[in-house]
Amino acid sequence: MKQLKYLSIIGATALALSINGCKPKNAGNAVTGNAAAKAYVAPGKYDEFYNFISGGFSGQLSVYGLPSGRLLRVIPVFSVDPEKGWGYSEETKPMLTTSHGFVPWDDLHHTELSQTNGEIDGRWVFGNANNTPRVARIDLATFRTAEIIELPNSGGNHSSPFITENTEYVIAGTRFSVPPDDADGDIPINTYKQNFKGHISFISIGKEDGKMDIAFQLECPGVNFDLSHAGKGKSHGWFFFSCYNTEQANTLLEVNASQRDKDFIMAVNWKKAEEYVKAGKGKKQAVKYAHNVYNEKTHTATSEIKTEIIVLNTKEFADICYFIPCPKSPHGCDVDPTGEYIVGSGKLAALIPVFSFDKIQKAIAEKAFEGDYEGIPVIKYEAALYGEVKKPGLGPLHTEFDGKGNAFTSMFVSSEVVKWNIKDLKVVDRVPTYYSVGHLCVPGGDSRKPNPKYMIAYNKITKDRYLPTGPELAQSAQLFDISGEKMQLILDFPTIGEPHYAQAVSADLIKGKSVKFFKLEENTHPYVSKGEGTTKVVREGKTVHVYMTAIRSHLAPDNIEGIRMGDEVYFHITNLEQDWDVPHGFAIKGALNAELLIMPGETQTLKWVPDRVGISPMYCTDFCSALHQEMSGYVRVSPSGSNVPLLFSTGKNLPAEADGK
Amino acid sequence: MKKLLYLAVICGLLVACGGNSSEEEKNPYAMEGGTPEAQAAANANPSYDPERGEGKFTKVDVSPTLDEKMAGSGQKVYEVKCNSCHKLTDEKLVGPGWKDVTQRHKAEWIMNFVTNPDVMLDKDPKAQAQLEICLVRMPNQNINDEEARTLYEFMRKNDGVK
Repeated sequence: MKQLKYLSIIGATALALSINGCKPKNAGNAVTGNAAAKAYVAPGKYDEFYNFISGGFSGQLSVYGLPSGRLLRVIPVFSVDPEKGWGYSEETKPMLTTSHGFVPWDDLHHTELSQTNGEIDGRWVFGNANNTPRVARIDLATFRTAEIIELPNSGGNHSSPFITENTEYVIAGTRFSVPPDDADGDIPINTYKQNFKGHISFISIGKEDGKMDIAFQLECPGVNFDLSHAGKGKSHGWFFFSCYNTEQANTLLEVNASQRDKDFIMAVNWKKAEEYVKAGKGKKQAVKYAHNVYNEKTHTATSEIKTEIIVLNTKEFADICYFIPCPKSPHGCDVDPTGEYIVGSGKLAALIPVFSFDKIQKAIAEKAFEGDYEGIPVIKYEAALYGEVKKPGLGPLHTEFDGKGNAFTSMFVSSEVVKWNIKDLKVVDRVPTYYSVGHLCVPGGDSRKPNPKYMIAYNKITKDRYLPTGPELAQSAQLFDISGEKMQLILDFPTIGEPHYAQAVSADLIKGKSVKFFKLEENTHPYVSKGEGTTKVVREGKTVHVYMTAIRSHLAPDNIEGIRMGDEVYFHITNLEQDWDVPHGFAIKGALNAELLIMPGETQTLKWVPDRVGISPMYCTDFCSALHQEMSGYVRVSPSGSNVPLLFSTGKNLPAEADGK
Repeated sequence: MKKLLYLAVICGLLVACGGNSSEEEKNPYAMEGGTPEAQAAANANPSYDPERGEGKFTKVDVSPTLDEKMAGSGQKVYEVKCNSCHKLTDEKLVGPGWKDVTQRHKAEWIMNFVTNPDVMLDKDPKAQAQLEICLVRMPNQNINDEEARTLYEFMRKNDGVK
């Protein structure tokens, strides 16, 4: 009851603010009275939706609850995370291996949930690395990165990781066209037009296990591929990409790639491409790319460098790719839930073109082409166009759908979201955002079945929205209630990194299958200790393996002597707990590394190279029980060549005599 | 010492109320059931059988002689999931030593406790008395029903049953 009272006070305050607010575009006049109640999730209660938000230049993926905007978890994907030992433990280092070696950072741009029959199935979420091109699969039972695959022939992986409606493929188009990996790349940069190519990767996804494999690549003309979405329903079998820099500029793109009145949406008949690959029409190309897989039984990742790929040169096949003119450097390329309408958002255009899948098919059948571009047919604009949304706002970027015939488009330059009706192309409503909105997300908003209760706008500029925190501010997300005709702003919440695309899904699809701990019986880590009786310290030359266990509240062994300078020590720690939410941490003084955070039933390894003679304390870093502060131990390091015997124990190394050493 | 116990009791009550929709409007921080003393009294819970504890085991058939094979299986479970904290002597490590445990508690109590420790620690007077001494809540080690029975047999063996 009391809570309700507080809520109504908050509501009244918001209302008062809204009445008093007279400055345009400030919080007061955008928030109406019941906003607080709509975003309120009582302590101990669950949110209704999971929101998987790309972490942008943090390289990670964040998980928020909606409508509360509570941060639930940051999943490390492409960047090291010392908090979780990601990229620091011996087991996770292979996950960040590439053909370039160990890469500790990347830029995760977009997230996409797996689908079955065009509906979110809650199994995996995919993320893309924009800098060193890769795609990651995150398992939604463990909320951990399960697999990462590198993309050859690519430079900047932006139009990714969008999926086909049964998750047959994850698609990744290169943002920066580059010479193919097997060509001599030591060429003048201004030979872009002659030598640079744009490759699009089709990564097949294992039906049961989600395993990723690059099935084939399409070699396309050298342009910038920006964003993409799969056809669905009637257009299943097709994929649509936005392309800019069809000027093929290699310098000052800001000006030189903005010359043409129209760039392209590229329509790809991927079923056709698949047929050609099956018929052996693809060319094998020697490349190098890493494929990294995490195994939840050995609790260890492996990295394999692969050396071959199949490429179809789209110029050589008349019926795979078609270009459709699209005004002014299109960015978003979004397909409505029926699969009929393809929305291209020219970021410098003052209108939004909507293309019709049926008209595109007809144009192809009737060869309604205006010519070709680098050997690829260009469909006449009018022949593919359903219609244009006139004067929607400035700088249209991305579009999501509500499944009720409406589309929501973000307007970067005019800082607003515009709701428009797909059939009659009329603007229905517009709301300001604070400020300069990028991506939008409606739960299921790019699937066949949106769940249109909320829309989230991910803004690029924060300015005065939060308390100042120096020059850098958290980027702000804004939650809108879209259940009615009008969009209603109900909450601001800060995000990590720079969110680009995001996905949201009903929590019911995911929460029930969350793994609570790993079964000790199933742990096949080569250095597991199943029970304290099996703990030991083994010297192999200058390498020392410590088989250690952790349980509330001691480490075993916790006294180790006989380590020498010049040794490489590997602490293999098994968490013997078999209950939910009881991780143990591990840290040792002077480690040029991070901590370990070991989940119940899991084994993780920290490498430690002692740099000085003496006693080094180690301890559990994750408060685990009333005696957590006692969960610690010592390692004695002796000079190289010392004859101090190798000893290890817990609770047995009793105090020496007063005069003893 | 007592405060910890009260805390555990309060936590237990809070957990017990979770998910009850009629409670939704109550302040979840409010102390329920009055003073800690009143709660402790309420916790005496007349329907609770302190000999049996709470859990699935209501009646365990125990033969007068030892099942060696079962005890052997129990020992394997002990070595992975229990021996970090429990010695086989009467010495307390993190938890109490196991010597004579089968004389202190009935089979049903032991098997309920190892499979349902959180609920028992919130309710059972003997379990709570041990918590006051050990100060570490016994972890739920996800012992299944069969493992619980083999563990009990291993405890019997440890207590000299032939």
